[in-house]
Amino acid sequence: MKIPVFGWIAIGGLAFAAVPFLQLPAFYESFLYLMCFWIVLATSWNILSGYSGYFSFGHGAFFGAGMYTTATLATKFDWPFLWTLPACALVAALLGVAIGTVVFRMDRLRGELFALLTLAVTFVLATVVLNTKIDGGQGVLLSGVAVPSLLARPSSTFYLLALAMAVGTLAIAYAIYRAKLGLGLFAIHDDEDVAEVLGVPTFRYKIIAFAISCALAGMAGGLHALFISYVTVGETFSIIVPLNVVLMSVLGGSRHWLGPAVGASVITGLLYAFTAGNYPVAGRAAVGLILIVVILFMPEGLLGRLIGKKRPKTAKPAADAKPVAADPAPLRPGPSVASDGPLLSVSGLAKAFKGVRAVDGVDLEVRPGEILGLVGPNGSGKSTLINLVSGHYRRDAGRIVFAGRDLAGLEANEIARTGIARTYQIPRPFAHMSVETNVALTARFGREALDAQAARAEAGRWLEFTGLTDKAQALPEDLNLHQRKFLELARALAARPSLLLLDEVLSGLTPSEIDHAIRTIRQIRDQGATIVFVEHVMRAVMELTDRIVVLNHGKVIAEGLPAEVMNRPEVVTAYLGKPQHA
Amino acid sequence: MMPSPTLLGQAVLSGIFIGALYGLLGLGLSLSWGMLRQINLAHFALAFLGAYLTYQLTSVGGLDPLLTLFIVAPAFFLFGVGMHALLARFAITPFNSLLVTFGLTVIIESLIQGIWTADYRRMETHYGTMKYKLGAFYIPFTEFLTLVMAALLSIGTWAILRHTDLGKAMRAAAEDGPIAAAFGVNERRLALMLSGFSAGCAGVAGVCLALSYTLAPAQIYAWIGVVFAAVMIGGLGNPLGPLIAGAVIGISEALTMAVIAPAWAPLVSFSLLILVLLVRGKRT
Repeated sequence: MKIPVFGWIAIGGLAFAAVPFLQLPAFYESFLYLMCFWIVLATSWNILSGYSGYFSFGHGAFFGAGMYTTATLATKFDWPFLWTLPACALVAALLGVAIGTVVFRMDRLRGELFALLTLAVTFVLATVVLNTKIDGGQGVLLSGVAVPSLLARPSSTFYLLALAMAVGTLAIAYAIYRAKLGLGLFAIHDDEDVAEVLGVPTFRYKIIAFAISCALAGMAGGLHALFISYVTVGETFSIIVPLNVVLMSVLGGSRHWLGPAVGASVITGLLYAFTAGNYPVAGRAAVGLILIVVILFMPEGLLGRLIGKKRPKTAKPAADAKPVAADPAPLRPGPSVASDGPLLSVSGLAKAFKGVRAVDGVDLEVRPGEILGLVGPNGSGKSTLINLVSGHYRRDAGRIVFAGRDLAGLEANEIARTGIARTYQIPRPFAHMSVETNVALTARFGREALDAQAARAEAGRWLEFTGLTDKAQALPEDLNLHQRKFLELARALAARPSLLLLDEVLSGLTPSEIDHAIRTIRQIRDQGATIVFVEHVMRAVMELTDRIVVLNHGKVIAEGLPAEVMNRPEVVTAYLGKPQHA
Repeated sequence: MMPSPTLLGQAVLSGIFIGALYGLLGLGLSLSWGMLRQINLAHFALAFLGAYLTYQLTSVGGLDPLLTLFIVAPAFFLFGVGMHALLARFAITPFNSLLVTFGLTVIIESLIQGIWTADYRRMETHYGTMKYKLGAFYIPFTEFLTLVMAALLSIGTWAILRHTDLGKAMRAAAEDGPIAAAFGVNERRLALMLSGFSAGCAGVAGVCLALSYTLAPAQIYAWIGVVFAAVMIGGLGNPLGPLIAGAVIGISEALTMAVIAPAWAPLVSFSLLILVLLVRGKRT
């Protein structure tokens, strides 16, 4: 019988819960307490930082918020200790949400800058706590607070509480890892902009993950306050807590739910071994050395390494993957479109970058069922237009109405769910996800919001349609350019869009590959999708499109039937320049 | 109650002096972050190692602390070159460089603790008691020296980067390595030199630390936050940035200490840092 992971977590927890009944010296229980404590801290950190890639150095702040919540409530307001724990979680979560609401709106506060910002928040909080009545500069003594008498010895009680938290935290981390939330967070990790445009509500997901992460850290802080029974600002808000949790998670593998727990156990055990052997300084040095070796030689961590080995190595990519003429589920037409009205209508659309008017008052309509070619020289505003319609850029002026609905004020992920999908000129797959997961992701976050199983089936159909079935379990890095372009296509199609924006899908392909692509795009249209086709390959534009719109310097300069429009003098001038004798 | 003008003036002066040390520590950090894309957390540990070496050479070896500069700085230059030669073998992201150098920090900290113990150490020299009097203000020699060194190094680096071929090559390599290489810039050698220079700066900062401060291994971590603030505010890779930003932070801290209370001082620098990050991160 196969035991589900939750079962294993519960069994492990119960087994460890038996330890106090062995009547070991309190010393061992304290060691196990510390191990559980670090498992909670590292795993909670990982829920935001490991999954979504927003490495926080502010975990000390949330941990500290919990510590001081318990210290304050238990000593100044005489709350029973156990009742302070939910308050710790709440205070820390609110702090996280407050920070996240400001920071997660900022485009460029990722990576090192996010780490630095959260670290700065820690020091600000520390200063405030130190100088107000919360601490007062003396530290808070909790020796008068009663330890709940769950078990005979306080050390057993502490251990049991920490164990319960560790089990709970692991269960939460695993649940998120398997859930849609986890998938979205991993997408954010790989490419946040793409995730948003494909329908992942990135802002909300980051806030949720941050809140959960902070709440768990706060709770661990509350427990630890009573465990050490003397809380000081210097010890609480030091840089050691965030560095330790980062170290543990990275060591174990931050892309795996169990990674931080593995790392925490290894490092706590190691430090204990050296301390017990009276070489605590050497122990710290050993931890430093391990960190260096792990980052340099297996940046994906212990678990990442182990699991990475299990992934079947795919053979060298085949020279070309022929699309199989499969019969995928038909794309549904847009939601209740007036059959004669336009599917998409854009009016007066404008966007400027530092004074350069990339899109300057564009009006255009896309009719249901057509392939509209969008052409123009480099820099004419085609890609910007796509980025505006898909919601990646905020427009300066103008209106975008899709299927009778004004898209004003919608986030990119909401626009994706109305039924607009796009591809990228330079493919931007999620690098750490298999080809299949890349495609299934849009099925889960697209208009239909399929469940995990249905999304996989949907992904299978579109992979077959694009000829990528035998690459389903490969990572995008194993694909050649042609296959990556088709992966882009499959990923966009799996959202079952009614409007598909194709941004130069043909660039960089060989002539025979272009022929395949053209056939595939025809098939897509036959399924019921409406397509906006941005392309430089004129042969394809002429063969495929029903109508074209020519952009130059951000303005529409011509519109009409392909053959006719491309011969107009102003279009020729835009492409080739003015003739000398004119 | 407002403190006297003399007290405020003295506060501004001491702010400038501590700011100079922020700037000196930040210089190497800013260069390696901005130009090599390496966030070298070990910079702080190196500075303290330099300080301890100075302490050892002076207290036990009987050397003049200023002479130790000529031992510590070249030795650290070599260390920096070696470190980069090692790191350059691995394609390492900025964030991972932070983690690797944190590992190095822990190792150096353990080394310091193993040799000099965790006790406080204070280097006693005749420089320590030297003071100049300028009007109503006192200027301690050691801190003045720190300011001079920070200014010399920062302005010198700025001039080299700005006006020499070597500096132009470095900036080109930092901007776009492969393109610079295509134009004949030996990117690898420049990176090694830059890393060495950066570590050398840490050595100089270490000598200054030993001259003016009491040393303890755990102190390594005390400087990280505020120096990062100076580096960020000053602008990555800008050699004058850390010194100017450091002075601004130092002065605002010193004034906060004088006017409100010493313990509130960190609030100023970190609020400033948060503000700078938020302004830079604003959606375009």
